[in-house]
Amino acid sequence: MFEIIKNPKLNFIGARKITYVLSLFLVLNGLWSVYKVATGKAAMGLDFTGGTTIQAKFTKAVKVDDIRNIMLKNNFQQTVIQKIGEENDKTFLIRVGSRDLSGENASGRLKDMLKKETGDDSMTVLEENEIGPMVSGQLKQKALLAVFWALVGILIYIWIRFQFKFAVAATIATLHDVLAVLGFMVLFNKEIDLLVITSLLTIAGYSLTDTVVVFDRIRENMRHILKTSFFDLVNISINEVLSRTIITSFTTFSVAVSLFLFGGNVLHTFSLALVIGIVVGTYSSDFLASPLIVDWEQWEEKQKHMAR
Amino acid sequence: MYRKQQIIAFITLVMVVLSIWKLYPPFDIKDTDGNVIDKGKIKLGLDLQGGMYLKLSIDADKLPPNVKLEEAVSRALEILRNRVDALGVAEPLIQREGEQFIVIQLPGIKNPERALDIIGKTAQLQFKLVNERYKVTDMIDAAGNTVADKIPPEVEILESKDGDRMVIDKNSILTGAELVDAKVEMGQYGGPVVSFKLSPEGGKKFAEITGDNVGKRLAIILDDKIYSAPVIKTRISGGSGIIEGSFTLDESKDLALVLRAGALPAPVKIINKYIIGPSLGADAIKAGKKSIMIGALIVVIFMMFYYRFSGFIADIALIFNLLFVLGVMSALNATLTLPGIAGLTLTLGIAVDANVLILERIREELRTGKTIRAAIDAGYNRALWTIIDSHVTSLITAAILFQFGTGTIRGFAVTLFWGLVISLFTAYFITQTIFDIRKQYNKLSI
Repeated sequence: MFEIIKNPKLNFIGARKITYVLSLFLVLNGLWSVYKVATGKAAMGLDFTGGTTIQAKFTKAVKVDDIRNIMLKNNFQQTVIQKIGEENDKTFLIRVGSRDLSGENASGRLKDMLKKETGDDSMTVLEENEIGPMVSGQLKQKALLAVFWALVGILIYIWIRFQFKFAVAATIATLHDVLAVLGFMVLFNKEIDLLVITSLLTIAGYSLTDTVVVFDRIRENMRHILKTSFFDLVNISINEVLSRTIITSFTTFSVAVSLFLFGGNVLHTFSLALVIGIVVGTYSSDFLASPLIVDWEQWEEKQKHMAR
Repeated sequence: MYRKQQIIAFITLVMVVLSIWKLYPPFDIKDTDGNVIDKGKIKLGLDLQGGMYLKLSIDADKLPPNVKLEEAVSRALEILRNRVDALGVAEPLIQREGEQFIVIQLPGIKNPERALDIIGKTAQLQFKLVNERYKVTDMIDAAGNTVADKIPPEVEILESKDGDRMVIDKNSILTGAELVDAKVEMGQYGGPVVSFKLSPEGGKKFAEITGDNVGKRLAIILDDKIYSAPVIKTRISGGSGIIEGSFTLDESKDLALVLRAGALPAPVKIINKYIIGPSLGADAIKAGKKSIMIGALIVVIFMMFYYRFSGFIADIALIFNLLFVLGVMSALNATLTLPGIAGLTLTLGIAVDANVLILERIREELRTGKTIRAAIDAGYNRALWTIIDSHVTSLITAAILFQFGTGTIRGFAVTLFWGLVISLFTAYFITQTIFDIRKQYNKLSI
């Protein structure tokens, strides 16, 4: 048998003082990102801001500044212009906020204006998207509800299959993961759109899978290993499943990296979030969820002790 | 082979046959000219084949007073369906969403501008008399804008297609409701015109009005724009007439189409419009294919390297998994989107986890000195609930994503969901059956 780690005996729980601090940083960064998102200071995708986007391919040599000037000339304040594709693709992603441009056939008018101002009649539009405020409002709501219900569903399921403290620890770890990844996305100034929310939920599910495998082993050992302290038992459990943890993380990570490198720019932010999420998710099962249970258990023991 | 193995082998065989039947050919087969000979069985999303997505709302404020929103939306749905059917899109989708929204999806549409035009037109046709008593110039100010106070209550000012303004009697003599047919014909001057036919009552009314008003001009108004205002030369009793204007052939065809389908009960507002060209769709397919193939390759090679022949068995299960998921999607007529392909790719990583759990367990059991048979059995037994628990959590998120997600995200939720469900079968039962068959060989390559 070819084994990556033979008979590991790492002290995961012992490291918790450090990992709690690290996790705290990740969570704080995440909460700050939530604040930025809520107050509109973070880069948000069209799904949530509403407005008009077109992907225009010019046949004449046009630069980002040319387009920016056209926008300013026509009094558009909230525009975002991005050059995409290869060097000589002459393709731009142009986004206009709903305060500058709204109503009847906004994208059509934007198109015409660009054609006229650049004198490029053969400009083609590869993709256009118009999202009215009613729709973007709905999408924001749905995204929040989805995250909420996912967490509730997860909490309930783990509670049914394991004890209450396992459920709480798992939920905290999952929430931590979601916040951590969101934090990174906002930190890297990536646009938060529906796909990013989707990746956050997927990561929640995946991280939980990982956590469940560890919990499952802990539970099994709780039945069979009777003479060890809970601290040691949890450590043993994590070490026992370490091989599986590393391998599964590796395979899922590779798949996510493949998506990131080859999936094209539509999946770019989505797959980046997944890549980060898989790392964080694996980390949280061993270094956050499990230590939390140990500490909780030890706290309970202390309470019992003091009550005597 | 034991009973259980036989059953599983049989189910697997049935599923393979069904999947291949449901999936062949997966994508359109085209001949050398690019015409589709055999349609692909996998339904591609807009982001993969190009097309248009529209979400419309009925403007409740502009509804006639005695019409309820619910009815209006149902009627609008029917009318839009007729209009869209005439566009010739292969698999259009027109659906009601909630109380006041209508969603239209036109995959592969070649001319989205035209479709927008046809869908967006309220198509309210009205016949009104031009009022010769008043002059437009009396009702405008120095800048040429109309002054509301100067307009007498019984008339209104409308514009023609060319921008000319005319004073029109507010009262409609006839509306599109009395129209029974409209088609394109060649007019006397060579350009296309739209000829219409009225119902018997409409025809009678038309004859009366034209008879009483010979010499006056009759304005033919569509959506408050004057299309033409010919002079009534004689009483028109045939119950039919012509709308002429400076139409192109396409414009006249579209007008006839829209008149035939009927007027929408109230104007529709497009609150979400998404048009994606086919080139981006083709790019997306390429990217999707590449990422899933490379991802699959990494997983397959790694499994064989790390677990040797047992890893190879796990890889076989993965291939079955992929085949069955696509088969199920085709059977359910589910749509494959780019996030859907990402979901399939992810499933590869997560599904292999089930096998890793089993194989690691078997290795542990072997280390404690169990026989090969015992180790395999223990491995499968102990790993089962762990696999179920871990899959269920991801299934919960997939279900929620499906519930709250929009089109492309649903595509992801669907592939993730089915990928996981089916992997429970392939990773556990199929591999177990193969192991059971090999147990008799008394050595294990793991």
